[in-house]
Order: sequence, then structure tokens, then C-alpha cells
Amino acid sequence: MITLSSVTKTFGDAANPVRALDDVSLSVASGEIFGVIGQSGAGKSTLIRTVNLLERPDSGTVTVADRELTALSDRELLQARREIGMVFQQFNLLDSRTVRGNVELALEIVGVERRQRTARTNEILELVGLEHKAQQYPAQLSGGQKQRVGIARALASRPRVLLSDEATSALDPETTDSILQLLRSLNKELGLTILLITHEMDVVKSVCDSAALMSGGRILEHGRLVDLLSQPGSQLARGLFPLGELPEGTSTVIDVTFVGLSSERPVVAQLARTHHLDVGLLGAAMETIGGAQSGRTRLELPGTIEQHTAAIDDLRAQGLVVEIVRSGR
Amino acid sequence: MIDSNAPGFWPQLFDTLLKATGETLYQVGVTMLITLILGLALGTLLVVTDRGGILERPFGSIVAGRIINAVTQTVVNLGRSIPFIILMIALIPFTRLLLGSAFGVTAAIVPLTVAAIPFYARIVEISLREVNEGLVEAGHSLGATRWQLVLKVIIPEAVPGLIRGFTTTVVSIVNYSAIVGAIGGGGLGDVAIRYGHQRYSVIHIVAVIIVLVAIVQIVQVVGARLANRMSHR
Ligand SMILES: Nc1ncnc2c1ncn2[C@@H]1O[C@H](COP(=O)(O)OP(=O)(O)O)[C@@H](O)[C@H]1O
Ligand SMILES: [Mg+2]
Repeated sequence: MITLSSVTKTFGDAANPVRALDDVSLSVASGEIFGVIGQSGAGKSTLIRTVNLLERPDSGTVTVADRELTALSDRELLQARREIGMVFQQFNLLDSRTVRGNVELALEIVGVERRQRTARTNEILELVGLEHKAQQYPAQLSGGQKQRVGIARALASRPRVLLSDEATSALDPETTDSILQLLRSLNKELGLTILLITHEMDVVKSVCDSAALMSGGRILEHGRLVDLLSQPGSQLARGLFPLGELPEGTSTVIDVTFVGLSSERPVVAQLARTHHLDVGLLGAAMETIGGAQSGRTRLELPGTIEQHTAAIDDLRAQGLVVEIVRSGR
Repeated sequence: MIDSNAPGFWPQLFDTLLKATGETLYQVGVTMLITLILGLALGTLLVVTDRGGILERPFGSIVAGRIINAVTQTVVNLGRSIPFIILMIALIPFTRLLLGSAFGVTAAIVPLTVAAIPFYARIVEISLREVNEGLVEAGHSLGATRWQLVLKVIIPEAVPGLIRGFTTTVVSIVNYSAIVGAIGGGGLGDVAIRYGHQRYSVIHIVAVIIVLVAIVQIVQVVGARLANRMSHR
């Protein structure tokens, strides 16, 4: 649905260039929620702004819904933008318009006539649960309600893609959850493709199907969460399952990741039984990630190198992902 | 010296003031009507053709944008920096060309307008610049054209500031309209000069001051009320 191909964007002048996007390629499948995570200054906002060409890349192409935006004329680009919704961290609602007026703005811009505007606005306000606030002004709303208006406005003209730039970063945790749930349900009910930007792993964990990790204008890794989890060395997977610091010492420590059904298996008990290893459990986390039950445990293995190798081979043979965090002596 | 005890003094004073107030209101009213349109247009042009503005490249040319912006800036600065009394005199030939006469109640509207437009344009510029950049961005994301951005996003969001600035401009123009009286522009300034200055009638001076203060007060109160009512922050 969204494809960025070798996109580059540099700010500043020749003396002090800031490479906000450094040869970024990315592909978001139709109907998925794709999260881009990274620290402040990583280039996330620049990335999402290139998708509707609020920021025109220096080089590379942007394709949305099979249309190459970077090749369009200005007029065609306006049309294309009307088919891509966007929500913002600071909501960006017009203070001068009511909730209804803010949603109708999107329809006025597209040129929908009055009666249809009213009908569509009622419909979309109901969808985001704000029909009773239609006549209020943004200043009278809570942060979460403002963002619902932002979402309603973005979706009023029925786009198939929604871009979200830190939409929940100005909200408290509970409100964040309710907005994320709304995005999830819109994604399911409308088949909406969502590209979202965040600096919080919890956001990725709770709603995303796929994710990319961004740093210094580059995408370090990306993929479906279920695939990333079974990818040894994945920083994203480590972020999804923070298991804390390694204990002191020289013992062998491994991380075992289960995705899907295998999470049911009693690994620790089995290692003890089959390999006679008195395994130490250093940490464990269970999450529903990308819709699948997943978990990761960090184990400390006593015994000899040979025993470790045999145990690890055995686990891998069962389809579990094993990562050696520290190789003991 | 006018004798305030003479029969008919007070009715005459009243008639004179009424007529002069009408003239002043007419001058200021017409001036402000023209200023509202042209000042708004000029101020908007200043903002949109500036670097990073939404009309940075009119007709696809950044050079055109720079030129339009520079010319507009110069016009506004020029208008703002010439003292009104000098502007008024300098404009006499122009007014004569335009209206056939350089003096009189209507003729005075020309210098008043020429002074008011740059004054208001600068205030419009400041008000529009205060509109949150994020709203323009939201407009862009909705696929708004440049006209739609100006008419549906930027100007509506700036309305409270535009009203307050308009009020300030009206007050200045009421002030200038009194100066115009000195060169035959009629109005309350004319009364102050003819009766107060030339014929030493303190009562006339005081009466003119009272009327002017009342006008300014009313304009300010109405302006502030309207601005608050239009502000939904
Ligand atoms: N309009 C701009 N002008 C100059 N530098 C910019 C601009 N926008 C972003 N940058 C720079 O590009 C880098 C990436 O910024 P941004 O995309 O906002 O990061 P993030 O959203 O991940 O915090 C930063 O170093 C930032 O300072
Ligand atoms: Mg950002």
C-alpha cells in the first residue's frame, strides 16, 4: 500500500547537512498497522511526512496505493493527499471551528456538498464516539477527545491510508490505550492501512503488525513482529521483551523465544528432565504481539559446554529461537 | 470670542457637533471599509509570499515570490514611515487627480486610506503569522489548495487578532481624521480649529474631546467584545 524506495532527505546547508533520511526503503502492506520506532531526532517525522509529500524527498520514490506520488503534478498531488489521512501529536485542530466544523473542513476541501457533508460528519463522529460533542469547540475537549476529532477529520473523506505522527505522545497512558484501540478497530472494520510513528515500544507492542526501527535517518531493521521475534539479534525483539541486565558472572545465558503455540511448552522442565540441567530462570515475559501469544525467557545454564550445545540444539530443533546472550566457560 | 450666554449658542453647538461627528464617522467608515479589504489582501500577501510561505513560488517561480514580497514590504514600510501630516500634503496632487478636488470631507478619505492600509496590513501580517504552523500542515494533509488554506484555515484562525488589530487601526484613523480637518477635511478636527483655536471657544474644544473619546471608547469596547466572542480558545 505504501512503498518508499531509496528515499533521501537532507536539511541544512552544504556546510552543516543533516541527513534526516538516509536511503530509506520501506514497504507497508495493505490492511496492516506498521509502526516506526526510534528516538527523538531519528528522522521519524520526516519519514512519515514524505509519505504524503508534506516533505518532498531529495531523491527516491514514494508510492501510495499504486500511485507514484513523487511523479505527480501539484494538482494531482492535492487529489492524492485527499486519499491519505493524517493525525498529529498536537492534534492541529482549528480553534475557530466546532468539532463538527473541523470534520466538515476535510469534506469542504474535497468539495462535498452541504447535505452530504452533514450526513458524513454525523456518521464519522459516531464512529469515533463523539456525536454528543459535535457543537463543542476543541478548547472544551480533553486530549483524547481532541485526538478523536483529529482521527475523524483525517478519515472523513474515506482515505484508505492513515498516517499518525506520535498521535498518542501527548496523552496519558489510559487515553493512549483508548486511542490505540480505536485505531485497531478502524483498521479492522474499514480495512484501513495505518503507518504510525512512535518513540514508545508499548505502542508498537499493543497495536502493530509490523515495525521498523529507525536511527540516524536509517532503518536498522524492519519486518512483521512475529518474524522479528524469531530473528536472533533483533533489537526490536529485545525491546518488545525487555529482560533486564545480565547477572554478574561467567555462566552461559540464553534467551529462548516462543512465538505462537510453542509458548505452551514447559521448556524449563524439559531441559531439566532430558538434559539433567538445573536451569536458572533469570527473566520471562509474555505478550500478545502482532496478534500471537509470544514469550521470551532468559535462562542461565549450568554444566559443561557440551551439555549447553546439546540443549540448545534440542531447543532449536523444536522450532524455538535461541539466542546465546553470554557464552560461559 | 464666542459668547456662550448668547441665545442659540447651545443648539448651534449641538448642530455643529452633530454634523462634524457625521463627517468624521463617514470618513473613518469609508476609509476602514477600503482598508479592511486592501489591508487584509496586502497583509496576506506579505505572509504567503515570504520564505516558506504557501505562495513562496507564485507561477512556480521563487524569483516572482521574492519580488512580490519585496515590493509589498517596501510599500508597507514606506506608508508606515511617512508622518501622516506629510503624507497628507504629498498626496494633494494625487487626490486632485483622483477626485477632482484635494480638499473637503470626501477628498480627505484618500490620505486617510493611504495611511490606514499599510498600518492595518502590518497588523494583519502579525496576526496571520501567529496562526499555528501545524494547522497549515493539517490543511496540506487534507489536500487543501492555497486558496482554501488562506480562506478556510489561516484567516479564520486569525480572526480575533484581526478584529483587535482593526480596532487599533480605527482608533488611529479617528485620530488622523482630526488632523485632516486642518486642511479643510471637515469633521471634528475642523470644529476644534475653527471654533476652538480661531475663536477661542473652550466649550467647543471640550465638546470635541468628549465626542472623540466617546467614539474611541465605543470602538474599543465593541472591538474587544467581538474579538472575545470570536475566540474559542
Ligand atoms: N525543517 C527542518 N529543517 C531543518 N532540520 C530539520 C527539519 N526537520 C527535521 N530536521 C532535522 O532532521 C532530523 C530528524 O528530525 P525528525 O524527522 O523530526 O525526527 P523525529 O521525528 O524522529 O524526532 C533532526 O536532526 C531534525 O533536527
Ligand atoms: Mg517527530
